[in-house]
Amino acid sequence: MRDVAVIGIGCTPFGEKWGSSFRDLFVEAGTLALDDANLSGEDIDAMYVGNMSAGRFIEQEHIGALIADYSGLSTRHIPSTRVEAACASGGLSFRQAVIAVASGMEDIVVAAGVEKMTDVGTGASVDALAGAADREWEGFVGATFPGLYAMIATDYMSRYPLTREQLAQVAVKNHYNGARNPIAQFQQEITIETVLRSSLVADPLRLFDCSPITDGAAAVIVAPFDRAREFTDTPIRVLASEQASDTITLHDRRDISTLDATVAAGQRAFKTARITPKEIDLVEVHDCFTIAEICAIEDLGFCKKGEAGMLTMEGVTALNGDLPVNTSGGLKACGHPVGATGIKQVYEIVTQLRGDAKGRQIDGAKIGMTHNVGGTGATVAVHIFGV
Amino acid sequence: MSVARFWRKIPQRYNLIGTVCKTCGRHFFPPRSFCPDCRRNGNVVEYKFKGTGTVVTHTIIRTASDQFEDLTPYALAIVQLDEGPRITAQIVCTPEDVKIGMRVKGTFRRIAADGASGVIYYGTKYVPDE
Repeated sequence: MRDVAVIGIGCTPFGEKWGSSFRDLFVEAGTLALDDANLSGEDIDAMYVGNMSAGRFIEQEHIGALIADYSGLSTRHIPSTRVEAACASGGLSFRQAVIAVASGMEDIVVAAGVEKMTDVGTGASVDALAGAADREWEGFVGATFPGLYAMIATDYMSRYPLTREQLAQVAVKNHYNGARNPIAQFQQEITIETVLRSSLVADPLRLFDCSPITDGAAAVIVAPFDRAREFTDTPIRVLASEQASDTITLHDRRDISTLDATVAAGQRAFKTARITPKEIDLVEVHDCFTIAEICAIEDLGFCKKGEAGMLTMEGVTALNGDLPVNTSGGLKACGHPVGATGIKQVYEIVTQLRGDAKGRQIDGAKIGMTHNVGGTGATVAVHIFGV
Repeated sequence: MSVARFWRKIPQRYNLIGTVCKTCGRHFFPPRSFCPDCRRNGNVVEYKFKGTGTVVTHTIIRTASDQFEDLTPYALAIVQLDEGPRITAQIVCTPEDVKIGMRVKGTFRRIAADGASGVIYYGTKYVPDE
């Protein structure tokens, strides 16, 4: 297997992009990534695109070909493949690109992610997202996505000493970071009171515990590490690319409050990269809800079960802490265009490792990690990057 | 959900028909025809669940998809059936009264409908059993 490097990155601003179509979004992200790597369309050997549900959000399938076409590559007939794993679609798209390059099958590969969510109303959006869980045995009886994570929170809070304020602090911290990220959907800092005063969505989770509905796209370009310096002075090496799965329903899990797929993917990633959690300088975790960030920090092995709330309150996961978590603002503040999120996480880690994260830069960051979850934990992708 | 897709699961949704492996005694809901533990040595037969169980975790849904919006707020829980399998279900009572460890039993209820003139979906919700 060949070593793989990220040589170019691009990301649209995230938000409610009423003026931009699905096509506008991915073309913008792809163009930014190509410019960043000093490449033109003719250099691309293959594309992967993470997208959860264009079928439900814009009634469009066949996304792989559509993206290649509107990226101006139809006459080159490159292979272009859609990858779907609910909210982990982006992470899996990136992993497919890494595998394609590592195997020697392709040299220059684009991994993209895109979701255009605001062309349908909130109810339709909630229902489309519920498709990430089990439609027959969860969605059918009235389970929503916030509802499923709320049941994780209820279980967790009955077993570990997590306070409502500690949970709120996850959102406060991520909004602080988002306010320092020019592509973030939310640019305002909030307080614990903002979270606790917001309306209940699914008890105990409130509106400010939830990631928003977002339009956006991100794209990164990977290449063999040996060739990376042809395109960039700052190649970022992919040290590990791992993926794991678990039961589709939350109720069938071994432990409601532990995402075993996160544990498995995390352990494999540390083994592949031959490092320990202590060596990670920063991590982008999948905080679709505040409780998800708490679980992720623990399940990835950064602390024991039950400790993440306390560490969050103490500032350990803040920008100036020992383990900065979600410097981009995370899904909570940067936004969560589901298929694009996994690629945006790579975009953020590469930006940080290059030293380009103005206003939220982690000084001397050498090793970063991304953690992307599909559904309530049925799919998890974990990647580790190094300079 | 299309008529056929709903109709096909009526035994499970109305009457909690699952399966049990007579080799190891493990129960399955929704039903499995192949025991993952015993594999080829398994002997899986139909089984009607008693419909009694215990609340494992719960929430109150206050923002729902369009089909369920008129029901909000409603209690949703993961229930461990007495035979072992866990299911996700609505609990019919004052939502704030649902607690972890609460005993519940199944009851036949209207779950949702496809608009004013579409299919009405029935199934099993749970009520306090204490």
